[in-house]
Amino acid sequence: MAFNITAAAPDPALLDLPWDLPLEQWPADVVAALPRGISRHVVRFVKLSGRVLAVKEIAPRAAHHEYRMLRALSGLDVPAVTPVGVVAGRTDRSGDPLDAALITQHLQFSLPYRALFANTLVPDTASRLLDALVALLVRLHLGGFYWGDVSLSNTLFRRDAAAFAAYLVDAETGELHAELTEGQRLYDVDLARTNIIGELMDLEAGNRLEPDTDPVAVGDDLLARYLRLWAALTEEETVFGNAKWQVAARIGELNRLGFDVGELSMVGDETGTALKIQPKVVEPGHHARRLLRLTGLNVQENQARRLLNDMDAHRHELGLQDESEEFAAHDWVAHVFEPTIKAIPADLRGKLEPAQIFHEVQEHRWFMSQQEGRYVPIAEAVQHYVDQVLRHRRDEASLIGVDTLSLPPVPDLPAPPP
Amino acid sequence: MATVTFDGATRIYPGTERPAVDKLNLHIEDGEFLVLVGPSGCGKSTSLRMLAGLEEVNEGRIMIGDRDVTDVQPKDRDIAMVFQNYALYPHMTVADNMGFALKIAGMHKEEIRKRVEEAAKILDLSEYLGRKPKALSGGQRQRVAMGRAIVRQPRVFLMDEPLSNLDAKLRVSTRTQIASLQRRLGVTTVYVTHDQTEALTMGDRIAVLKDGLLQQVGTPLEQYDKPSNVFVASFIGSPAMNLGTFPVVGAAAKVGDSELPLTRATIAAITPEDDGKVTIGFRPESLDLVDAGTAGAIAVEVDIVEELGSDAFAYGVIPNLDPTASLQSPQVIVRTDPRAVPKKGAVTHVAIREGEQHVFSAATGERLPN
Ligand SMILES: Nc1ncnc2c1ncn2[C@@H]1O[C@H](COP(=O)(O)OP(=O)(O)OP(=O)(O)O)[C@@H](O)[C@H]1O
Ligand SMILES: Nc1ncnc2c1ncn2[C@@H]1O[C@H](COP(=O)(O)OP(=O)(O)O)[C@@H](O)[C@H]1O
Ligand SMILES: [Mg+2]
Ligand SMILES: [Mg+2]
Repeated sequence: MAFNITAAAPDPALLDLPWDLPLEQWPADVVAALPRGISRHVVRFVKLSGRVLAVKEIAPRAAHHEYRMLRALSGLDVPAVTPVGVVAGRTDRSGDPLDAALITQHLQFSLPYRALFANTLVPDTASRLLDALVALLVRLHLGGFYWGDVSLSNTLFRRDAAAFAAYLVDAETGELHAELTEGQRLYDVDLARTNIIGELMDLEAGNRLEPDTDPVAVGDDLLARYLRLWAALTEEETVFGNAKWQVAARIGELNRLGFDVGELSMVGDETGTALKIQPKVVEPGHHARRLLRLTGLNVQENQARRLLNDMDAHRHELGLQDESEEFAAHDWVAHVFEPTIKAIPADLRGKLEPAQIFHEVQEHRWFMSQQEGRYVPIAEAVQHYVDQVLRHRRDEASLIGVDTLSLPPVPDLPAPPP
Repeated sequence: MATVTFDGATRIYPGTERPAVDKLNLHIEDGEFLVLVGPSGCGKSTSLRMLAGLEEVNEGRIMIGDRDVTDVQPKDRDIAMVFQNYALYPHMTVADNMGFALKIAGMHKEEIRKRVEEAAKILDLSEYLGRKPKALSGGQRQRVAMGRAIVRQPRVFLMDEPLSNLDAKLRVSTRTQIASLQRRLGVTTVYVTHDQTEALTMGDRIAVLKDGLLQQVGTPLEQYDKPSNVFVASFIGSPAMNLGTFPVVGAAAKVGDSELPLTRATIAAITPEDDGKVTIGFRPESLDLVDAGTAGAIAVEVDIVEELGSDAFAYGVIPNLDPTASLQSPQVIVRTDPRAVPKKGAVTHVAIREGEQHVFSAATGERLPN
């Protein structure tokens, strides 16, 4: 097959990359050193036209399949890496064929789980990663996507206030169905459980796991959390008595979990005493959407929660309760959020996303106030945070130094005994 | 280890009318390597996924051994889907990489060690058990991944197009390796492929599917020698069987200028729906070059000759076909001795070897007795 590029919006600069070299041999001036998870294929990052791309060398059929799956996921609005294209029909300088390449956009500020364990000492990291992964898995399943290879390595994490947000990175084994069967969902969760326990045991073997984390317990917890979230989002519930209040309570509970209810079915029974309610369409991003509507800020779900809480506090502090929510929001952006971000020196702003910086400044301010037993004004907290914390943080937009293990995807089974 | 039985198993996807798999009846013996084969969309993967518990069974049931597993969750079915993406963990030894799933299941250390050692022996990995994956070659790593499935000692292995992402050369060597490994382990295996060559070379038996319907089950030889209908005849074998529908004149089928005699049993099985025609099939390798005068000789005007060293193939047309006759492919393929290839443009004569002529109903495509 002749050299060809499949891409929705092809960037001519793609042609400048050394496609006639095996990815492993790409020169250092092309490749960007960024952390990666464990993978069997060779994966490299390259800087191109002002952005960073991830390139994975993989068989042509699998490359096209993964590209299609990632496109479908972006259509479903599920957090996943964004596909850029597939390069196929590659040959090396002596004309021998090379595997295809799948190109995705490097997910900015994303952290492979090994990088998180290599550096943070925050307790409960495993547990918080799990929450993020469960939320991602449930969203994928609601959209009819069977992952087939759920693992921490196949997920990227971004800080999301005090929690993490998870993004799918490896769609190689994925399948998109109109709706998943229970068997497909539970099998996916079971794969996740096995893989995660394996990944945590590996960290344990490398002395990277917090000593009191039990990998098997974490894995078992995954199943429990998945089932709880799935039930909350989809289960039919029969209510008696004050139906109006109970319907509102169910919707409130879903909002609290970060979901909006697009459609709720309510069916009365023959006697008229009971009502069956069941969410039919739920959409994640309840807080993120509300914040976007009020302020135009586009951030992740837990960051949005954090900012909304802060906005509410601001509204009370200034006695703006009687003003419209929109007015209060506008006032908060202008007098709290923007000044905080602007107070960060420009050269340090790339270290974290603005919403994440805001969250950390607020946390920092709370700790300072606790320690000093006084009300610390925001301006002072920002200054202190910049000098004591941010300046010493490594740059998470382009973090260096975590090794990847690449295993060639070449099956080679034993020859029959003579 | 166990038998596997599909008992009238049917899958109708929501929003569709035609079943993706329609009343599948199939019994797979203990230790057997069964290949599900057919063109894309025929229902192979759906069948396999029903067995795995990933797809609902709308009608009928599925048994593993004596146990009805129709409503059992995948992880409780005691099956292993092989060649999934097994990651290897860099800080764990080869033995731990192979055995960690057993540890999760709470298995005793001694038992885990025993199983890992057994699997390592079969996979030629015994001397590497204490090493880290980094120290292994690519092929050895792949075998460690395979070991992860083997140590679980599942009752059935399931494989869905495991070779589809490999290049042609690797595909050929890997398929013999999988087949030989399966035979050594003796674990019942269901294998899905769209490639009939893969099916013929790997399976103890092959089940051919089309449009969700089972067409024929049998050994590779049975499928090749006695295809039960026109679809199987054209699907199995490469290059494909020559197939055409021809008028019946007296007790023979009229193929161009020649007459191919039909047996009394064949003639008796022809029905009015066949409209006085039969479908005749003959494989390229079932033909001998003969003199024009030989009984049953078919004339072929040669268009192209392809010489492949060990064989040669001639492609041509049959002159003077009856207007009611129709060929499945306009060209007839003849395999010949590379030392006696007919010339391009020449008219050559071929005869179907004794017992290698296939006759099917023109109306239903079903095989007719001969
Ligand atoms: N778009 C991206 N943005 C950031 N990181 C990425 C991106 N694509 C890949 N990576 C990194 O590269 C690693 C390997 O990628 P991927 O999981 O797709 O490879 P793989 O060989 O298919 O893995 P597996 O062995 O699980 O099949 C990921 O864990 C991730 O850390
Ligand atoms: N999730 C699904 N939803 C609806 N139709 C499907 C789904 N999966 C497969 N099908 C349909 O079922 C039929 C059989 O598909 P499949 O079992 O994948 O075939 P094969 O593996 O033989 O290529 C096809 O017509 C396909 O389009
Ligand atoms: Mg991966
Ligand atoms: Mg992968």
